[in-house]
Amino acid sequence: MTDLSAFREEARAWVEANSPEFLRGKASDPNAWAAGGRKAPFIYPESRDWLLAAADRGFSVPTWPERYGGAGLSRDEAIVLHEEFARLALPMPLTGFGYSMIGPTLLDHGTEAQRTEHLPKIARGEIRWCQGYSEPNAGSDLASLATSAVRDGDFYVINGQKIWTSGADEADWIFMLVRTDPDVKKQRGITFILVDMESPGVEVRPIRLISGASPFCETFFHNVRAPVHQVIGEVNSGWTVAKALLGHERTSIGGMGRGRPRASLPDLARDYVGVDESGRIHDPALRERVTQCEMDAMSYGLTIRRHGDGLEAGHKPGPESSMFKYYGTELNMRREELMLSIRGPQALGWEGEGFEPAELDQTRTWLRSRANSIEGGTSEIQLNIIVKRVLGLPD
Amino acid sequence: MAPLVLTAPQNMLARTAAELIEKHGGVDRQRKLRDEAGELGYSPEVWAEMADLGWLGIPFAEEHGGLGMGMAETVLITEAMGRGLAPEPFVSAVVFGGGLIADAGSSEQVAAWLPPTIEGEKKLAPALLEPGGRYRVARTSTAAERNGGGWSLSGEKTQVVGGVGADGYVIPARAAGGDGLTLFLVPAGAGGLEVVAQRRVDSRNSAILRLNGVEVAADAVLGEVDGGLEPLGRAVDRATVAVCGEMLGVMTEAFERTIEYLKSRSQFGVLIGTFQALKHRAAKMFIEIELSRSTVMAAARALDDGSDDAELQVSNAKARCSDALILVTNEALQMHGGIGMTDEHDVGLFMKRARALEFAFGDAAFHRERFARLRGF
Repeated sequence: MTDLSAFREEARAWVEANSPEFLRGKASDPNAWAAGGRKAPFIYPESRDWLLAAADRGFSVPTWPERYGGAGLSRDEAIVLHEEFARLALPMPLTGFGYSMIGPTLLDHGTEAQRTEHLPKIARGEIRWCQGYSEPNAGSDLASLATSAVRDGDFYVINGQKIWTSGADEADWIFMLVRTDPDVKKQRGITFILVDMESPGVEVRPIRLISGASPFCETFFHNVRAPVHQVIGEVNSGWTVAKALLGHERTSIGGMGRGRPRASLPDLARDYVGVDESGRIHDPALRERVTQCEMDAMSYGLTIRRHGDGLEAGHKPGPESSMFKYYGTELNMRREELMLSIRGPQALGWEGEGFEPAELDQTRTWLRSRANSIEGGTSEIQLNIIVKRVLGLPD
Repeated sequence: MAPLVLTAPQNMLARTAAELIEKHGGVDRQRKLRDEAGELGYSPEVWAEMADLGWLGIPFAEEHGGLGMGMAETVLITEAMGRGLAPEPFVSAVVFGGGLIADAGSSEQVAAWLPPTIEGEKKLAPALLEPGGRYRVARTSTAAERNGGGWSLSGEKTQVVGGVGADGYVIPARAAGGDGLTLFLVPAGAGGLEVVAQRRVDSRNSAILRLNGVEVAADAVLGEVDGGLEPLGRAVDRATVAVCGEMLGVMTEAFERTIEYLKSRSQFGVLIGTFQALKHRAAKMFIEIELSRSTVMAAARALDDGSDDAELQVSNAKARCSDALILVTNEALQMHGGIGMTDEHDVGLFMKRARALEFAFGDAAFHRERFARLRGF
């Protein structure tokens, strides 16, 4: 306890001294969040200053070991640090797939050479990553993926197509699953490999969604050559690596259920629906939905906390990430639906006059949220995982 | 907040509690007690053994003979009891009755009631519910008239859990001319007090109390005249969390039995647990139970720590556990199919207990409303 309060003091002083004035209060401004990379410019130059200041202290990837660019913080210390960011409503210095997915995966499964090559570049925001998992015919049934990699000397030659590669147009590298053995049980012939997006033969096309422009792309591979040493884990055991990484992804997507709420639901309801003479939300049915949503969020937050406390106490991590992904995304989607109900017709704006910026943002966010229960393994797939790995029901 | 994880001694306590309940027959014991239809509805020998193990003193200070523990440990006992549908009046006599005495009693009242409660020699029964009163104790209409140096109580209480065979009752009443609730300690056998056994769907010990001008002395007042609502509210919150622990036990046991059934029952030549229509519902139940467990652990620790958000946590837990328990027991019956409708099968016993617990100290809607009020919307 004393240790944590000492660390809090240190973190607070550091944040006060190093966070750009301009970014304070901008935690909910998506333009303020930076994922780094060579191609993607920072929308605010201050985001770059903030990232580099944090990276110098190891705070861009606070829990990673210092030799890879982190600060070696414990989970509790990292929570304290994030609370100190939140105190000034600062954006996180670094986001993105490097930070949340491939970084943790390399820490678990990478060789020392692979970690030394990639982790410090992620920590300093020099390289942005994207994920090559889904294919047009391999969605929920991911293991049936067909993009092939054939050995040719010290290289793999990759051919095929990936879809839903978020941010591929702005990414520098991709971590992807390829089929290296088509003749065994489908999960056994998959390899996890890293590919430089500047390799000849990589082509990226953006996808437009129901919410308008999107970060999603299709990515095509025509005889792309990737060095053999860029395989993570063993050849043909990429499914194991992928499952571990999907765990990180689920935790990250599921985390949105208790994420940075853009507006408090009760406040939004008071504004749009009005209050009765005792100051309570006017419509009792709507109030009940707001209450349910708030209580679900509280229970979900407590469950994440209990899980973390369990890990801290030495419990083995299980398939909880599927539970968090399922519940967190369903909760977030219900919350978006509810915010839509609260704003009523004012939630229908697409662009232009007659709508507040927050209302226009709401329309798009709601539409975008419909993907939460699809991406990173659908809700149904998460339930299947719980049934199989936790409850042990027969196939 | 204290970590949401069990310490080694807490794990030990939970195991010991489970073993005791199992040793006495688990759910079979509840079935037998129901079939015997005695008015007591529980086993005095199990109660005595719980006292011997010190459990009746878990939430009380060591100076009174208690173990000096808190709600975090109390819910481990009630969870074990819930798993075996144990009907002993632990929540009413110990958590509520004893807890209220420890909180608001005079030194004489503490001396008269707390050590014997911990020893298992005396049991108090709190009488909150009045006909038509639902969950709001503030709506109490039982009247207290000053009578010489003492009081005369008139009114009716219903569904007093543990009321049959209790040694005394906690009676909230309205003092004439006052503007609050006053709590009275009324001994069993007091003149004008009529105790009538009731039969409820859960077969638990329950009584109607008719107070026909019951005479009590001035020292029967528990706490301050007109000042009963606050200590009563604290006692209700503690008892509510204890009930949540019991609900957790009931839902966990009903769920595990259902999963076993899905793994053993065949139709169309396959195990019914292979059907995705059942699998996904099972997974959702699992998640609801996990969420419920988190809320119960958090509420118990919030009360133990005296956290500012303790009341919010209590209502969050009771609403969550109520909804989850009804979901799980209803689904348990549906997934068992026709056999679940038979009295011979245990699933009905779980369902009946579930409803009684749902309505104890407020159902989900009541606690959602309380949560919203506490949060100011």
